[in-house]
Amino acid sequence: MNETVLEATALTRRFGTFTAVDALTLSVNAGEVFGLLGSNGAGKTTTIKMLTTLLPPSSGEARVAGFSITTQAVDVRRAIGYVPQAVSVDGSLTGYENLLIFAKLYDLPRGEQQTRIKEALEFMGLTADGGRLVNQYSGGMVRRLEIAQSTLHRPRVLFLDEPTVGLDPIARDAVWKHLVDLKTNYGTTLFLTTHYLEEAESHCDRIAIMHLGKIAALGTCKELETSLGDNHTLNDVFVHYAGSAPDAGGTFRDVSAERATAQRLG
Amino acid sequence: MSGSFIQPLAGFVEKTFVITEFEIRKLRHDFTELITRALQPALWLLIFGQVFARSGAMNTGNIPYLDFIAPGILAQSVLFVAIFYGINVIWERDLGIVQKFLVSPTPRAALVLGKGFSAGIRSLAQAAIVYGLSLLLGVKLNWSPLALLNVLLIVILAATLFATFSLVIACIVKTRERFMGVGQVLTMPLFFASNAIYPTAIMPDWLKIVSHLNPLTYVVDALRTSMLAGSTSSFGLNHDYAVILLTTTVLVLVGARLYPRLAS
Repeated sequence: MNETVLEATALTRRFGTFTAVDALTLSVNAGEVFGLLGSNGAGKTTTIKMLTTLLPPSSGEARVAGFSITTQAVDVRRAIGYVPQAVSVDGSLTGYENLLIFAKLYDLPRGEQQTRIKEALEFMGLTADGGRLVNQYSGGMVRRLEIAQSTLHRPRVLFLDEPTVGLDPIARDAVWKHLVDLKTNYGTTLFLTTHYLEEAESHCDRIAIMHLGKIAALGTCKELETSLGDNHTLNDVFVHYAGSAPDAGGTFRDVSAERATAQRLG
Repeated sequence: MSGSFIQPLAGFVEKTFVITEFEIRKLRHDFTELITRALQPALWLLIFGQVFARSGAMNTGNIPYLDFIAPGILAQSVLFVAIFYGINVIWERDLGIVQKFLVSPTPRAALVLGKGFSAGIRSLAQAAIVYGLSLLLGVKLNWSPLALLNVLLIVILAATLFATFSLVIACIVKTRERFMGVGQVLTMPLFFASNAIYPTAIMPDWLKIVSHLNPLTYVVDALRTSMLAGSTSSFGLNHDYAVILLTTTVLVLVGARLYPRLAS
């Protein structure tokens, strides 16, 4: 199981004179759960946007599922799924309709669409609610529907930007249960950003801590903890490499976007 | 034509209709918008139209004034439905919906044209309303199937044109506040610098030039020719169609180019 499914080489993104992501190099194995950690503004979202072809890099390169993000963007798009931090399903449609539109956009064969949608709803525990308008869903249900929508076409890599932000602990557990199932049943590689350290600790095979656009540390949680000596927690590791606890920092826009998401889901 | 050319084209057309379906399904769940949209053309025809028709101030040749402005008011209400369409995209951007569509393998031009086209479908309701009011007011309509088909096509194309224009603006300004400002600034000049409620013949020369550069003028001309019994076109129906189609194509291409900006 050591096939590389994502490989970034000196990936860089500048906005004017500000370097949001600075020569990021990392690789992720197939079937791995990889967590990108960092304070607000560390460059996590910019990294995900480049890897999902939403934002062209200023320099450097990355290959996702074997395709170049700069020259084979459409192939990359067919091979990945993406759950943005903000709500990405339409509240004025039913859960079923949200899935149907994406089944069509991803060219699922007409004969398979209905079975796939039914399976996806079942898999995410939403069978009873498929016919309801999404604006009547709870926050956890919305997130599960978004994951269903992003995985209808069985992507090799699923990117999730802060998948559990704004959810209560029970809903967070339910989302994680379904993500783990995805990985187990379909071998989907999960690449996610989070600033909940306990989630990184219990679910991620490996993590990278980003600070000021660079990777400050990379490894399993255990490795990073022991690298600091005995009796260190992941929080200590984070403070050591990122300079402060994960919820500090960020611009007005980061913070207001996050709160808006929390409010919509909550 | 080779298969390698037809396949992407078929894919493009198919995806365009999926995006349109997405928009139309939303409308199916909430009809209220269609009803509130009916109010504006009713006010223009029943109040403005009636009063100006009585005043006899406008020389509209052998066509009564009310007949003259009925197609103009249809064009206007199509413009108003379409021109604020970009606000939806900004809303979808503030959520994560635009990003989700952009990460899918859908051609960008299909995302743009699909949205524009759905404005066209919405605008058919405006056509029904204006026809209803026109009947009520005794406007002499042309009921030949060809004329009706032309009206249908022109309404859909015009809404697609202005909705795409609106999307282009949304991609540039990106925020709701700025968009509303720009939208307000554009709508009235487009409307008044056209032949919608008065003939271009009575305009000062500079305004005549502006009105000839305004796509709405050609929409109104095409609608007037097709809707009314015994009306003749100022530019020729083919010329009108050519201007509308060409403008739409250019706007779709520009929009496809700018659409990814919404994700950054």
